[in-house]
Amino acid sequence: MAIDTADQGVALTPRRPLWTRIPVVHQVRQSVGLQRGMLVAGLIIVAIFVLTSIFAPLLAPFGYSQLSDAHGNFGAQKPPSGAHLLGTTVGGYDVLSRVIWGSQTALFVIVVAIVLSIFAGVLLGVVSGYLGGWLDRILVVVCDAIYAFPTLLLAIVMSIVISGGRSNLVGGVFAAAISITVVFIPQYFRVIRAETVRIKAEAFVESAKVLGASSGRIMFRHILRNATRTLPLIFTLNASEAILTLAGLGFLGFGIEPTSAAEWGYDLNKSISDVTSGIWWTSVFPGLAIVLAVLGMTLVGESLNDLADPRLRTRRRAVGSPPPAPTSDTAPEASTDVVGDLALEVRE
Amino acid sequence: MTTTVITAEAPASPPAPRKRKAAGGSQLWRYLIVRLLLILPTVFILVTMVFILMRTIGDPITAALGGRLSAVQLQERIHAAGYDRPILVQYFEYLGQIFTGNFGTTISDNQPVTKVLLTYGGATLELAFYALIVAFIVGIPLGMLAAYFRDKWPDALFRVFAILCYATPVFFAGLLLKLVFSVWLGILPVSGRASTSTELDIELLPHPTGIYLIDAIQTGNPANLADVLTHAILPGIALGLLTAGIFLRLVRTNVIGTLSADYVDAARSRGVSEYRLVRRHAYKPALIPIITVIGLQIALLLGGAVLTETTFEWKGLGFMLAQYLGARDFVAVQGIVALLAVVVAVTNFIVDVIAALIDPRVRY
Repeated sequence: MAIDTADQGVALTPRRPLWTRIPVVHQVRQSVGLQRGMLVAGLIIVAIFVLTSIFAPLLAPFGYSQLSDAHGNFGAQKPPSGAHLLGTTVGGYDVLSRVIWGSQTALFVIVVAIVLSIFAGVLLGVVSGYLGGWLDRILVVVCDAIYAFPTLLLAIVMSIVISGGRSNLVGGVFAAAISITVVFIPQYFRVIRAETVRIKAEAFVESAKVLGASSGRIMFRHILRNATRTLPLIFTLNASEAILTLAGLGFLGFGIEPTSAAEWGYDLNKSISDVTSGIWWTSVFPGLAIVLAVLGMTLVGESLNDLADPRLRTRRRAVGSPPPAPTSDTAPEASTDVVGDLALEVRE
Repeated sequence: MTTTVITAEAPASPPAPRKRKAAGGSQLWRYLIVRLLLILPTVFILVTMVFILMRTIGDPITAALGGRLSAVQLQERIHAAGYDRPILVQYFEYLGQIFTGNFGTTISDNQPVTKVLLTYGGATLELAFYALIVAFIVGIPLGMLAAYFRDKWPDALFRVFAILCYATPVFFAGLLLKLVFSVWLGILPVSGRASTSTELDIELLPHPTGIYLIDAIQTGNPANLADVLTHAILPGIALGLLTAGIFLRLVRTNVIGTLSADYVDAARSRGVSEYRLVRRHAYKPALIPIITVIGLQIALLLGGAVLTETTFEWKGLGFMLAQYLGARDFVAVQGIVALLAVVVAVTNFIVDVIAALIDPRVRY
């Protein structure tokens, strides 16, 4: 990390304690005012989402595919009442239970999708950016082509291929996650590749080469560790997109069977006809769950984005104390802009 | 057949070294030509990918008619359609067909995919048009205001609004709008593109365009036009708000950048009004990245159109795509997806050309 600012006497500054250097904690401390409010609000929502999904079996009054209890069948399209706080769906499920269990499905899919795409995208990005040549060219063109294409359509094609439409929990979660992965790989690839191309030219890489380090060692010890700075940012933005894609797939009927898991998009699809007859509770609650989950992650992602961009970062007003010395961790030129060899497209 | 492959792959390598040598007035042309040639590999890759993916799950006829025909009948159909030949032969034939504008024939209702596209493409185009209008009207002014009131309460308000727009899936937004305006208030139609009487009027036209806005004007009956427009409001808003959130965010970021530029300070010291400062001095240069991003929004709009059309039973390409998916008619799906790939590549090209014309820096 002490590459860019080596001449600013970084070696003399004592390193800050470890916990302030953890990605998100660092940003919370760095932010002020409105920006901190948005970041903290986002983190709270995400925490609630994660806790809900972990403790879904304890929180949900009924199972996600439960149709009856000791008092007999739940009945279809029952309005919210004491027995069913958020009513029941057209299929006779308890809405509240399905909303709570749905968070678990969403979390599964996010985790699997992000882990897979980080692995594949980062690996391809480092290798392609470091080795260059024809492999790099081809990968860039392929990723650009995928990147430009509507994500949902690509996810639909993938889910047909993987599961032939719909399936059980494990199959469905993996089908949805892999569909989303394919869509996300180009994003990680672009960012990591651009960083790699930039870092490749640094002096410390050259000295490693002179010392006789192998390509593999340079790539994964020297470059990779310096190229991952922007990952938390893409990670949060992708997590929200993963939820939206999963819900979109479910809404079009390519999700997970209602008996295998609760999925918000599927429930919304089933509620289209309810809406026309004025039954609001079957659509509003799963919908709100999606909005809240995505909102939380987007708030975190946007705040991280703003904090990484010096033009957008709100600075703490200097009151009496001297301005904080530039620290090596917040290289101001951190940006998600990707300028590849074929930088013919300027993208956000 | 092989020639198509070669022409498609060739442009991938030359542009980079050539760019550096380029100098003088021919740069714009050079950029445009390279950019135009780049459409080919993009489309080629997507079409190939979709072809391979769709074939890994078997031939389309078994997928569509699997349970309904006997094994012998199935074999006959497969043989007649040529799906029992080697996959490479089929692939090159498919590429050749696409090159000549033939996207195949649907299995479920036996129509040329191109005809499906012509019939329903207009509706999707119309929906995307309404959505873009909503996005511009909502996104750009609010983005400018948010930038001007940076870090004050209007900024917070507009930004949360933008994130909400982005966080709400289009189909949920659509369902909510339907619930409030069609079911509870009863002032707007629930679904469809027009009432039956208007649709009948349009069908009687000698040259219907498929774009109801134009067709309704052609009928010469103001009631028809009003009917078409009232049907368009909710789908337009549902899809438009999604893009509006992105525009708002983008305008805000860029105007913040330009508002702190020296020339804005200079203009302010000359006594230029604050309104004019934001509206003209800061906004115009901030527009360039926005134009580029509109290109990316086309892809998002197309994806969103599939969901919006399903929500509102708006009979466009997205609605048909969902129908064909339900019927497991993968020839139709493949055709529509391939055509959308072409549309996305071409719109991106057009957007890049506009950006290059406006901003000379882009050409390098």
